[in-house]
Amino acid sequence: MAREQARIDVRKTYKLYVGGAFPRSESGYSYEVRDAKGGFLANAALASRKDARDAVVAARRAQAGWAGRTAYNRGQVLYRVAEIIEDRRPQFVAAVRSSEGLSGSRAEAVVDAVVDRLVWYAGWADKLTQVVGNANPVAGQFFNLSTPEPTGVVAVLAPQGSSLLGLVSTIAPAVVTGNTVVVVSSYARPLPAVTLGEALATSDVPGGVVNILTGDALAVGPWLASHMDVNAIDLVGLAGTDGAAEAATAMEVAAADNLKRVRRAPAAEPDWTREPSLSAMTDLLEIKTVWHPMGV
Amino acid sequence: MGIDFDYAPAPESTGIVDIKESYGLFVDGQFRDGHGTPFKTVNPATEEVLAEVAEADASDVDRAVRAARSAYDKVWSRMPGAERAKYLFRIARIIQERGRELAVLESIDNGKPIREARDVDVPTVAAHFFYYAGWADKLKHSGYGETPLGVAGQVIPWNFPLLMLAWKVAPALACGNTVVLKPAETTPLTALLFAEICQQADLPPGVVNIVTGAGATGQAIVDHPGVDKIAFTGSTGVGKAIARSVAGTDKRVTLELGGKAANIVFDDAPIDQAVEGVVTGIFFNQGHVCCAGSRLLVQESVAEEFLDRLKRRMSTLRVGDPLDKNTDVGAINSAAQLARITELTQAGEAEGAGRWSPDCELPQRGFWFPPTLFTEVSTAHRIAREEIFGPVLSVLTFRTPDEAVAKANNTPYGLSAGVWTEKGSRILAMAGQLRAGVVWANTFNKFDPTSPFGGYKESGFGREGGRHGLAAYLEGGR
Amino acid sequence: MTAPTTHPGAGPGNGAAAADLDGVTRDDASLRRFLHGLPGVDQVGADARAATLATRSIKTTAKAQAIDLAIRMVDLTTLEGQDTPGKVRALSSKAMRPDPSDPSCPATAAVCVYPDLVAVAKQTLGASGVHVAAVATAFPSGRAARDIKLADTRDAVEAGADEIDMVIDRGAFLSGRYLQVFEEIVAVKQACGPAHLKVILETGELVTYDAVRRASWLAMMAGADFIKTSTGKVQPAATLPVTMLMLEAVRDFRLATGTQVGVKPAGGIRTTKDAIKFLVTVNEVAGRDWLDPDWFRFGASTLLNDLLLQRQKMQTGRYSGPDYVTVD
Repeated sequence: MAREQARIDVRKTYKLYVGGAFPRSESGYSYEVRDAKGGFLANAALASRKDARDAVVAARRAQAGWAGRTAYNRGQVLYRVAEIIEDRRPQFVAAVRSSEGLSGSRAEAVVDAVVDRLVWYAGWADKLTQVVGNANPVAGQFFNLSTPEPTGVVAVLAPQGSSLLGLVSTIAPAVVTGNTVVVVSSYARPLPAVTLGEALATSDVPGGVVNILTGDALAVGPWLASHMDVNAIDLVGLAGTDGAAEAATAMEVAAADNLKRVRRAPAAEPDWTREPSLSAMTDLLEIKTVWHPMGV
Repeated sequence: MGIDFDYAPAPESTGIVDIKESYGLFVDGQFRDGHGTPFKTVNPATEEVLAEVAEADASDVDRAVRAARSAYDKVWSRMPGAERAKYLFRIARIIQERGRELAVLESIDNGKPIREARDVDVPTVAAHFFYYAGWADKLKHSGYGETPLGVAGQVIPWNFPLLMLAWKVAPALACGNTVVLKPAETTPLTALLFAEICQQADLPPGVVNIVTGAGATGQAIVDHPGVDKIAFTGSTGVGKAIARSVAGTDKRVTLELGGKAANIVFDDAPIDQAVEGVVTGIFFNQGHVCCAGSRLLVQESVAEEFLDRLKRRMSTLRVGDPLDKNTDVGAINSAAQLARITELTQAGEAEGAGRWSPDCELPQRGFWFPPTLFTEVSTAHRIAREEIFGPVLSVLTFRTPDEAVAKANNTPYGLSAGVWTEKGSRILAMAGQLRAGVVWANTFNKFDPTSPFGGYKESGFGREGGRHGLAAYLEGGR
Repeated sequence: MTAPTTHPGAGPGNGAAAADLDGVTRDDASLRRFLHGLPGVDQVGADARAATLATRSIKTTAKAQAIDLAIRMVDLTTLEGQDTPGKVRALSSKAMRPDPSDPSCPATAAVCVYPDLVAVAKQTLGASGVHVAAVATAFPSGRAARDIKLADTRDAVEAGADEIDMVIDRGAFLSGRYLQVFEEIVAVKQACGPAHLKVILETGELVTYDAVRRASWLAMMAGADFIKTSTGKVQPAATLPVTMLMLEAVRDFRLATGTQVGVKPAGGIRTTKDAIKFLVTVNEVAGRDWLDPDWFRFGASTLLNDLLLQRQKMQTGRYSGPDYVTVD
């Protein structure tokens, strides 16, 4: 491309998003991110096992407070994220376009879907308990109520293909109910995740609720799978990776060490444009049943 | 001044129970020989051999799974829900009709007091079948769809042999699945009597298959490729092994595992009921209860008085012959379990906790352990961390609600918890903060077919009971 | 009387060191604070505990022992408008020899009558050792001026009553005038002189178990020798859970003060099976020290005949019938 005195680009090296801050990888490693056609996009931090460890600590620290928010508030906070993405749509469209190699209009459609998805999940915050909870008519003088609670810290290996819609579709169902998340982004397409982190940092989502690690799910995943302070793991991001089946099995085996709730990797990456089933949320919930006598 | 009111022996008649010399496997509607090495089941209260029971090897399990698959494909999954329901209602009725027989047999094989088998286990078993029978033709309203999973492999423990069977079999069948169930090797007899009940109810062959054996038989079920779902209740160690075994498969799993529940008593508790709840919490079923309140957390300001009351109450517990209608605490289920309890309590003493038991004369033969409590227990002691699964209570104290929550949650387990306080607002705040699947507030160890039961963290996943219990056996419960 | 056992550090609960009850009855506010500081009672849990106690199976020798003890604990009662000297004489005779065909059958603890019939009962019972109990204080409602209640009491005592069964002023209790109730019990106790005082709480009108516990403590602090569930004129009368609560109260009161107080369920206990459930509850909740007619009574009329029928069955091995026990 002919340019007169072309201005030299400021090449970016993106960082991780952990505990509401943007640290470099503890390892110091980064990797080159290229667009769908192979052009240089940026450098992304290559998360290490220690970054995963730090992210789990941040997520654990944030969990009780986040779960302690009112459901209404969590819904508002998530809705606000949708607003911010709407506000920054060119940036998100650009990130999706370059990462996924989509046309402008297709990338726009993805961001539309992302915003809609967040709005959809935001609305669940104060409804899911009503849909999946129960009053139980026990045979005795007892009040008996079952309600869902977040399982705690959730590790997500985000989809490799759908770098933004897939990412949001795995994070939102976890956090809307009060879980906190450590997510490993798509390896090849981390920029939408980085952009999301930047949006989250300016949102009302408390630091540590969503922690974003850019890097290799196959390298970081096993550390999260075996981590004794992680309560659940979503392996969906393994779909389509080399040796996905073996990796998924190994991680599921590791996850048994503390009996994590496991969302198994599907054979192929799901179609994220479809309306999600409730299981995306309910798989990461615990049902708590409280009994109390009824007497005078 | 007063008289000694010694209750004369009040033995339950055993004439109603007919224990055979040997039992086969129940596969495809028939009792058959197994190909493994038969084993003996004993009465833990007397060490007397009750019967010889077939051991299912992998080929027997395979045969059972095939029978279950065939029954699933050809009969059960195709049967209208309303018809499945009627079979389950029939079973529930027969259980009620044969309730005394089941209770006596359970007491003999397990060692639990006849009072509990009669008043808790068997009525709850019948209620469970009644409850899920009613769901069979209403699944479209369940929230989990109506599609069953296929063949369920179910492995159950020895502490509530028949009740755990009911928790597994009733929802599985109601949803249209067929089952291969393995009772525990020390308590197979009521499951085998249940097999007879299935015959009596004319349940189609292969819908329920019961294979007896120990760990290897269970492993064969878990590993069998024809099994679509594993439901297990038992130790956390085995639960983890199962989770590893099914990794990388499409098998669905629910696990109901161990616990180390805290029973938290505040200074404003309804004190006599709290004492009763603590006693029920740990001495019910000899403490062989995964959700037992094995850690008493009592507020320091009332600890001394509470312990006095607790000890006084423990002194009235009647330990002995499980078949005596006045027995409160029966026999430990097996020599192996007794050894584990003994080992952990010795560790408790060695670590410096204060041990106390009421005076009670234990029978000479059989497996027995007196109701025991440990004071001056710290969270670092093994008896405060490991599941003892026996009539042993560890007493810890706390000063503030926050400390109570922190100590209660300081365990890899998360099955149940108890809270005792007359302050309603505090109950709800505590219930919200306790990381446990069941929170009993001002009560303990209550179970009902309509009420979901299951754990957080290493106490397993999935729920049994209630509408939620259907999720484990329907495609839409994924 | 029992040798009081004191138990340092054991209070009525919830850390309210009640070993020192001095000052508690100083004024209405203090009394209220104390009573409302007693541990609460969870109704469902208390009912469940009583139901479990009721499942005890008392057979053979234990049953024979329980039946004789229960007979010895009966306050054989007639409290009807149609009571006459003849009726009371018949009842008194029966109290002394419940089973005329069997001299080994023990006598009942007492007969319980209205004050105007005390003299008749006393005359019949003489030195038999069977006590005369009289209901007093404007029984059963207690709705009369205090001096009338006191006169009622003195009348009964002067006529020879060994025991006075008074009723508390439930209206005052339920409206929170605890000191008024307390002072009235104290005054009646004084009027009793040497006679033992049983204080009827009328638990069926107090309704909640919390109120039963508070009323129990109030009565004991005021000097009751016995606390009694009911007049028999109000339903529910003597339920097992309420009696259990009162047994807990006397147990705790002795731990706190060293003073032992008796318990008398009255009304609605009609069968041997029921009576044995109460004895089991006495045994396991309060302890053997209360398994004595000095510390536990049944206020009953028809119960005695059922006890006798069962006693005959135990002795002969065959079921008896109503023709083989006396009508009152």
